[in-house]
Amino acid sequence: MIYDVINNLTGSPVLSAVIVAMLPLFLFILPFALVAVYLERKVSAHMQDRLGPMRVGYHGVLQTIADIIKLIQKEDIIAKDNDKLLFNIAPVLVFVGSYAAFAAIPFTSIFIGAQIDLGIFLIIAVTGLVVAGILMAGWASNNKYSLLGAMRAVAQIISYEIPTILVVLSLVMMTGSMNLYTLSEMQTGYFWNWNLFGGNYDILQKLLLIPFMLIGFIIIYISTLAEVNRTPFDIPEAESELVSGFHTEYSGMKFAMFFLAEYANMFAVSAIVAALFLGGYQSPFGYLGNLIGAEWLVPIEQFLWFTIKGVGLVLVQMWLRWTLPRLRVDQLMTVSWKYLIPISFVNLIIIGLITIL
Amino acid sequence: MSFESKENIENKSGVRTEEMVLNMGPQHPSTHGVLRLEITLEGELITKITPHIGYLHRCFEKHAEAMTYPQVIPYTDRMDYLASMYNEIGYVIGVEKLLKIEVPERVEYIRVIMGELQRIASHLVALGTYGVDIGAFTPFLYCFRDREKILHLFEITCGARLLYNYIWIGGLSHDLHPDFVRLTREFIKDFKPNIKELNNLLSYNKIFIDRTANVGILPVDTAINYGVTGPNLRASGINWDLRKDDPYSVYHKFDYEIPVGEGKAGTVGDSWDRYYVRVCEMEESLKIIEQALDTLPDGDIASAIPKRIKPPAGMIYSRVENPRGELGYFIISDGTINPFRVKVRAPSFVSLQIMDELCRGHLVADVITILGSIDIVLGEIDRE
Repeated sequence: MIYDVINNLTGSPVLSAVIVAMLPLFLFILPFALVAVYLERKVSAHMQDRLGPMRVGYHGVLQTIADIIKLIQKEDIIAKDNDKLLFNIAPVLVFVGSYAAFAAIPFTSIFIGAQIDLGIFLIIAVTGLVVAGILMAGWASNNKYSLLGAMRAVAQIISYEIPTILVVLSLVMMTGSMNLYTLSEMQTGYFWNWNLFGGNYDILQKLLLIPFMLIGFIIIYISTLAEVNRTPFDIPEAESELVSGFHTEYSGMKFAMFFLAEYANMFAVSAIVAALFLGGYQSPFGYLGNLIGAEWLVPIEQFLWFTIKGVGLVLVQMWLRWTLPRLRVDQLMTVSWKYLIPISFVNLIIIGLITIL
Repeated sequence: MSFESKENIENKSGVRTEEMVLNMGPQHPSTHGVLRLEITLEGELITKITPHIGYLHRCFEKHAEAMTYPQVIPYTDRMDYLASMYNEIGYVIGVEKLLKIEVPERVEYIRVIMGELQRIASHLVALGTYGVDIGAFTPFLYCFRDREKILHLFEITCGARLLYNYIWIGGLSHDLHPDFVRLTREFIKDFKPNIKELNNLLSYNKIFIDRTANVGILPVDTAINYGVTGPNLRASGINWDLRKDDPYSVYHKFDYEIPVGEGKAGTVGDSWDRYYVRVCEMEESLKIIEQALDTLPDGDIASAIPKRIKPPAGMIYSRVENPRGELGYFIISDGTINPFRVKVRAPSFVSLQIMDELCRGHLVADVITILGSIDIVLGEIDRE
C-alpha cells in the first residue's frame, strides 16, 4: 500500500498520513477539475454547434486556468445580513464532503487512501456532509432563491440516497464485502468477471444475474446523477427558476470551492459506480505489464483504466445534461419514491435469491 | 422573488394558514423580458396571478401622432421586436387602404415571403427559449442557428437584422438581392431536417411532455372570451387564422394548412399543444415560401410608392396574422400628413391576460412553463 511506502520513506506516521491525504487532491482532483470544466465546455459546445473556448491557448485549453486566476482575484463579497460563520463554513464543508469520499476509492491496486473494510459505507456517510453544507449555504445566504435551492437540493439528495444504498446493498450481498479494494480485486481477469456481468459466479448464476445487475447499474447511475445535481435533476440550481440555487450569493474563491466540489463529486460518484460495476481499476482484457514481464507497469495501466472508466461515465453525465430538459420537483420525487426505490428493493431481493442458489 | 405576508386566513379545519405573495420579476431570467408577476400562493398552489406591465413603455401610439405616415414604420418595428416585418406589414396595409393604392404583385409576394420567414424566425425564438425554460439548453442554440440564417437573408435584403424599415407604404425599401432566391431555397432545404431534429430532441422528449402536457389547459370558450388569437387559440382546437379567414395580401393564392391543437400528448389546449402548433406552423410557412418563390413575378417594387402621403380623412382597422396572433392597427386620418391616432391591438397583450386563468391550481414551477408557452413579447405589450 502507498501509505507503507511513504511511511518507510519519511519515517513519520503523521507526515505520511498527511501526504497520502493530499496526494489525490493534487494529483487527481485539481487536474481532473481543470480538465473536466474544459471538457464540459467543449462537449456542450460541440453538441450545440458551437466552438466553445478558442482564444486562450490551443483551442482554449488554458481557459480554465484563466478562469481560476480570475476567480482568485475576485472580491470576496459577503452581504450585510448573511450569517457570516455558516456562510464561510458551507463551501468548505461541501468540498470536504466530496473530497473525503476519495479516501476510500481505489485508484490502483497499490493506491487507496484508506483501505478499510467499510469503504463504501464510509463514502456514503461522508457524502452526507455535502447535504449539510448545501443547507448551510442556502440558509446563510439570506436569499430566497438560495434557500429554495438548498431545500430542494437536500430533499433531492436524501431521497436519491435510498436507491443508491439499496443497489450498493445488493452488491455487498452478492460479494460479501464493503471494501472497494476487495470488490475491485474480485472483478479481476476479463470483463466478464465484472459485477455488471454477474461477478465471479458460475455460468448459470451469471446468466441469471446479468439482467438484474443491469437494472441495478441503471438505477445507481440515475440516482448518482440526482445526487450530484446534474440535469435532468438539476432542480436545485435550475437557472430558469432559481437563478443558480444555493450558491447564488457566493463569489470568488468560495464559488470556486462549490464548483470544484461539484466536479470532484461528479468523478467520485462515477468512480464508485465504476468500482462497483465496471471492475474498478481492473483492465477488461489483461495487462501489458504482465505480458512483457514489467510488473511496475501494471499499476499505471490500472490507473489509466480507472480514469478511463470514471471519465467515460462523467462524459455520459455531460451528454445527458446537454440533451435532456429538467424534471419538476414533484416529478423528481415521484421518480425516486415510486419507481427507483421499489424497483431496487425487488432487485435486491432477486439478487439475494440468485446468489444463494 | 420576494415574500410578503398577507392577512392570516383561516381554513376549514380551523388551522391558521397564511397566504403568501410572491413577486416574480421584473428581474427574473424566465419572464421573457421585463414583466412582473404577482403570484398569490396557498402553500405550493397558485390562487391568483396578477401581471404588472409597463416596464418597457415607450409611448408608441403617442409618438405616432407626431410622425408622418412613413415615419411611423420604424416605430412599429420596435413593438414586437421578434416579428418586426410583420408589424410593418400590418401598418402598411392599413395606410394603403386609407390611401386606396394598389400595390404591384411582386411587392405583395415579397411581403408574404418576408412575413413567413419572420414567422419562422419568431417561432424559433419562442420554441428555443421555451426549451431553456424547461431546462433543455441545446435546442435553444439549434433554433438560434436556424434563425441566424433567416436574419442573414433579411440582412442581405435590407441591411438590418432586427429592425428593418423594409416594408414601405406602396412598396419596399429595396428589391430582393440577386442571391436571395437561391439562399432562401438553400435555407428551406437545410431547415426541413432541422425541424425533425427539434421534434426528436425536444417535442417528443418524455421529460418535456411530462412537464408541459396537461399543464395550463386553455378551454375554447375561455380563449374566445378573452379574445386570444394566434397559435394560442389554434392550440385550443379552433381553426382561426386571418390568412385564411380574412385574407390579405396574396395569401389566397397559396396552398397550406392551418395546424390546430389535437391534444396528442395530453389535453387539447395544454402547453404542449401551444408549443407543437408553432412547430407545425413553421412547416406550413415553409410551404408558403416555396410556392411564393416558385411563382415570384417580375416588376418594379417602387412604382406604387406615393410621392406625398396624405390620406383623406377617415379611419381604418387593418388586421394581419402576426406570429403571435391578430395584430390590428386602428388608424384615424384627419387629412394631414400625420395620423390623428394609431391604436394597436397587440396579440401578446391579450394573451398575457389568460395567465391568471391558466395558472390557478398549478404549482409555482408551472408558471414558467405556462408563461413560456403563451409566447409573449414585452415590447408589444407595453406599446401604448
